[in-house]
Amino acid sequence: MTEQNVKVKLMTGNEACAEAAIVAGMRFFGGYPITPSSEIAEVLAHRLPEVGGVFVQMEDELASMATIIGASLAGVKSMTATSGPGFSLMQENIGYASMTEVPCVIINVQRGGPSTGLPTLPAQADVMQARWGTHGDHSIIVVAPSTVRETYDWTIKAFNLTEQYRIPVVVLLDEVIAHVNEKMVIPEPKTITIIDRKRSTESPDTYQPYRQNDSDIPLFADFGTGYRYNVTGLSHDETGFPTNDPQKINVLYSRLSRKLERYQDQIIEYKTEYLEDAEICIVAFGSSARSAYRAVRLAREQGIKVGMFQLFVIWPFPYKILGRLASQIKAFIVPEMNLGQIAHEVSCAIKSDVIKVNRVDGNLITPKEILERIKNVSV
Amino acid sequence: MFPYEKYLRLSKFPHIWCTGCGCGIILKSILRAIERSKLSKNDIALVSGIGCSSRTPGYVDFNTLHTTHGRAIAFATGLKLAKPALKVLVISGDGDAIAIGGNHFIHAARRNLDITVIIYNNHIYGMTGGQASPTTPIGKKGSTAPYGSIEPSFDISGLAIAAGASFVARATCYHIVQLDKYLEKGFMKKGFSLIEVLAPCPTYYSRPNRLGTSVDMLRWYKENSIPVEKARTLSENEKKDKIIIGILEDRERPEFCEEYKKMVEKIRGGNSGF
Repeated sequence: MTEQNVKVKLMTGNEACAEAAIVAGMRFFGGYPITPSSEIAEVLAHRLPEVGGVFVQMEDELASMATIIGASLAGVKSMTATSGPGFSLMQENIGYASMTEVPCVIINVQRGGPSTGLPTLPAQADVMQARWGTHGDHSIIVVAPSTVRETYDWTIKAFNLTEQYRIPVVVLLDEVIAHVNEKMVIPEPKTITIIDRKRSTESPDTYQPYRQNDSDIPLFADFGTGYRYNVTGLSHDETGFPTNDPQKINVLYSRLSRKLERYQDQIIEYKTEYLEDAEICIVAFGSSARSAYRAVRLAREQGIKVGMFQLFVIWPFPYKILGRLASQIKAFIVPEMNLGQIAHEVSCAIKSDVIKVNRVDGNLITPKEILERIKNVSV
Repeated sequence: MFPYEKYLRLSKFPHIWCTGCGCGIILKSILRAIERSKLSKNDIALVSGIGCSSRTPGYVDFNTLHTTHGRAIAFATGLKLAKPALKVLVISGDGDAIAIGGNHFIHAARRNLDITVIIYNNHIYGMTGGQASPTTPIGKKGSTAPYGSIEPSFDISGLAIAAGASFVARATCYHIVQLDKYLEKGFMKKGFSLIEVLAPCPTYYSRPNRLGTSVDMLRWYKENSIPVEKARTLSENEKKDKIIIGILEDRERPEFCEEYKKMVEKIRGGNSGF
C-alpha cells in the first residue's frame, strides 16, 4: 500500500459503523432515534441519499425492524440501529427475521438497564437479550467489536454473515466505542470482502423459498422479480406456506438451529494474546477488552503469566475452544459491564467457576481493577 | 364468470374462514379490481398482519407477506421504499390495524406512502375468539366485554383522513358494486389509500350479540347505510348510528416515494438511482 493511498480519519464508532455499512452495500436504513446510537441514523440520513439508498425515520422501533425486513425481501441490504429499550421493542420482528431467514443487521449501542436505565453511559447489559430476547428457539449471530476500527470491520462482517447464512446479525457496541474518537486507517476497498446472499436461478414455476439443500441455507428470491412466493412467521414448509404437520414443523426448526451449529466454526472469531504459557486467562469483549489488554500487559511486566482471550463473536459462543483451554488455565477472569452474563457462559465452557469483575454503575472497568484480580489469583 | 382462479392458489383451499364470513366477499372484490387495473401478478405484493383477514395472502398468487400482529404497514413501508415499482397492498382487520398497529397506520397515512390499505372491519377479534376490538360499538358484547363494551369505537376512515391519506372510502359487504369501484380507485390513486369495509362475523360478533345470520347482517348494512353525499345534508342526530359509505376523501398530496426521489435527485444532481 503506497503512502498516498492510505486514508486516515478521526472517527467515532458510530460514524465508522455507518460508513462501513455503506461500504458493505447497505442501501436501506429504517430507525428511531435513541441515545447513544442516534449518530448512526444521523450520518446515514446524510449519506444514504448521496449513494441512492433509502433512509427512513420510523414511528418506533417495532416499525424500524419491520421496514428493514420488508426492504431486505426486496433484495436490498438493510439495517437499523438502537439501544436497550428500542432493542427490546425490536425483539418481536427479530424473531420474524430469524424464522423467515431474511438477512438484516441490527446495531445495538448498549446502555445500562433494565428500562430507561443509563442512556448516556456505557454498559454491556444486552448479551443475553441479544441471544434470547425473542421468543422461541431461534438462530441469531451476535458480534462485539472493541475499537473504532473493529467496529468498521465487524459492521461489514455482520452484513457478510447475515447474507451468507440468512440469520439476523446483532452488532453490540457500547457508549464508549460509539462516541470515542479514534484514529482509523480506512481499508482499501479492494481489500474488503463483500458477500451477497445466494439467489435462486431456477424457474419461478418450480422455485420453493425454503427448499432443503446441502448447505441448509435456502436460495433467496427478491420480491417483485417474478418469483411469487409466500413468506410467513407461522411454522411453514419448504414451499413457504403455513403447516401444522409435525414432521414438516420438525424439519423447519431442526434446520433453523442446525444452520448455526454446523457453521459455528466458520462464524466464531476471537483474538488471543500471551496465551501460550498463560496460567490465568482474561475473557473479555467490547470496551472491557480494552481495559483487559492493558491489565494483561501490566501484569506481564510484573512477570505474571496471564493471557487474553477477546471475543469478537459472542453468539455462537466458543464453548469448545474455551473448554480446551481449561486444562492449561488455572483461573479465568471475566470483566464485563453487567453482572456476569458472559461469565456464566465461560463458566459453562470450562465447567468451573470464574472470577467475575463487574461494573453496572456507568463507569468503565479500569485496567487497575482487573490487574488487582490478576494479582490476587497469582499469589 | 370472472376468472378468479387466475389469481388464487387453489391448492391452498379450502380456506380457514367460517361460513358467512365477509373475508371471501371482499377478496373477490379485490381480485376484480386488480383485474380491471391491468396490474401484473408479478408486480403486486400483498402484505398482512395477524387475524382472519390477514390469512388472505396464503390464498392469492402474488408476492405475499404474512407478518406480525399490527406490523403489516411497517413491513409494507420497507418493501415499497426499497422497490417503488411494486404495487403494495395491505390487508388488515380492525384489531390488527387500529389497536396494535394504530401507530403504523397513522404514520403511513401521514407520510402519504403510495400503498393501498384494505381494512376488514367486523367489530371484533375473530381469530382469537371474539374479544372486543377498538371498533366494537358501545353496548355490544365480546368475550372480553361480557356486559357490553363501554368504550367508544374508533372511526377508522376518519382517522386516516385526519392523518393525511390521499384517498379514503368506506363500503360494506352488501355494497359490492361500490366496493369494486372504491378498490379500483384506491389502487390507482397515488398516495396512501384506505378502503374500510364493514364485514360480517357471524361466529363471534353476530352470535353473542343476537344479530342473526350473515344475511341478516348484510340486510342491516343495507338498511342502515347512507351515502356520504346524503349524509352531508343530515343533522348529527339524523346520522347517529348510520354507516356513512362512499368516497370520504380524494385529494392530491405529495407522495412519500416521489418526494424521496426528488430529494435524492437534487442531492445527486439528477441521477436518483432510486
